[in-house]
Amino acid sequence: MELLKAENLRYGYDGKTILKDVSFSVNEGDFICIVGENGSGKTTLVKGILGILQSYEGKIQYSKELTKSHIGYLSQQALHRKDFPASVSEVVLSGTLGHSFFGFGYSKAQRNIADKVMEKVGITHLRKKNFSELSGGQQQRVLLARALCATKKLVLLDEPTSALDPLITAEFYTLLKKLNKEGVAVLMVSHDVSAAVKIASHIIHLDSDSVFFGTTHEYIHSDKGRKLLVSGCPCDACSHNPQREVRENA
Amino acid sequence: MLKMLSYPFMVNALIVGLLIAICCALLGVVLVLKRYSMIGDGLSHVGFGALSVAAVLNIGAPIWFALPVVMIAAFFLLRLTENSKINADAAIAVISSSALAIGVFVTSMNGTNINLQQYMFGSILSVGQSDIIVSIVLTALVIGMYVLFFNKIFAITFDETFSEATGIRTDIYNIAISLLTAVTIVVGMRMLGTLLISAMIIFPALTSMRVCKRFLTVIITSVVISVICVFSGLYTSFTFKDVPVGATIVIFNLGFFLVFLMISLVKRLLCSKRKAKSEY
Repeated sequence: MELLKAENLRYGYDGKTILKDVSFSVNEGDFICIVGENGSGKTTLVKGILGILQSYEGKIQYSKELTKSHIGYLSQQALHRKDFPASVSEVVLSGTLGHSFFGFGYSKAQRNIADKVMEKVGITHLRKKNFSELSGGQQQRVLLARALCATKKLVLLDEPTSALDPLITAEFYTLLKKLNKEGVAVLMVSHDVSAAVKIASHIIHLDSDSVFFGTTHEYIHSDKGRKLLVSGCPCDACSHNPQREVRENA
Repeated sequence: MLKMLSYPFMVNALIVGLLIAICCALLGVVLVLKRYSMIGDGLSHVGFGALSVAAVLNIGAPIWFALPVVMIAAFFLLRLTENSKINADAAIAVISSSALAIGVFVTSMNGTNINLQQYMFGSILSVGQSDIIVSIVLTALVIGMYVLFFNKIFAITFDETFSEATGIRTDIYNIAISLLTAVTIVVGMRMLGTLLISAMIIFPALTSMRVCKRFLTVIITSVVISVICVFSGLYTSFTFKDVPVGATIVIFNLGFFLVFLMISLVKRLLCSKRKAKSEY
């Protein structure tokens, strides 16, 4: 089922276009990676999807189950500072706020959502800890839990692993993959194209002149994909699998 | 103690002082955590300029002139800070000194600098009926906002982009907080002084953050510290006649800060010792 559909989007700041002709759609169960060079407009597109930035042209249609405020968002980690006084459960609970108008405490329903999500992400034992004293990997898990509180359908991640070491990054991807299998669609901005093609079902490649959107398989075979990827397509059926070529030549 | 309450001006000062203490502490936590501390400082200088101009123009209750001016300034300073293209701290510094210069210039033209001294360092005697009314309304608004929208204030302070993405109108909250800060500063600065009011906003938050690690406890502790400091400050300056009240309050705040800093250092030392032991 289609969660959101974007058609011919054009974005920019102060009248200057940064991103144009962006069309794509997100379906239930998709794992989409947004890749592109620095300054190609990845974060701009994220802001557009979240509704923080208005498009110059084109529009994004959200499905009935997914209004704009139902997207769980996880930003680049650098935004969070060292000495903020907040417990893990305070942070996770703040993800449930999108739809309540006011209140001092949180309702039982909100607490239940937070408890469930914390268990899913594996941070229940940290709930009373101070957020700023956690390790980078733990902090990203907490923020992922907060994002999941805001949504059941779609999480949008902006380079979630840019500050993590390779081991923690791999763990984080495994967790994302598990959540994705459980039915949460993932839309992730990534620097690392080779990691992206391993994990994603679809790729959006932003570039100043043209934008690619298609399945990962199509991407690996496209000109854009070939330029960036050292190893060829991993699937055996493909004729341009270098390993197969080697085997055949032998 | 009872003698202190037998003077009507002391009762006025106590009412306004304690109410402003609560507002400063509540708003201060958010301002400090959002890295907006300089806005408070800038606004107090703009307030000084506005009060001086009001005095020269012979406006009956200068507070009614200063309030709108400082509120407009608050609005623009917030815009300045949000707009990443302009170097905000430099801009605030320029606005502060310009407002201060205008204030000093205007009062000296008038031939007297009694007001100057009073506005710079504050005076209990300047608290009037209108200050009491404004501070009661202000405190009601600030406390009301914090009680009703506590969760959202936390979410916005912690991560503005995320809150915006979940559909919270962060711009409205930011404007509300900076306008309330403007009013707090105008009312508070007449008693505590232009140069010292920003300490009232920054100190309690900074002090409680040494020890408390949750948002809710930081806010409650800041309010308690702030109220104790203002009360002790007023009592001290009443007992030792010539001591200015603003300076006394700031010194009490400094004392609290140092004590809390010591507590946090001792705590950390104990923690690392325990860790080292358990590793053996």
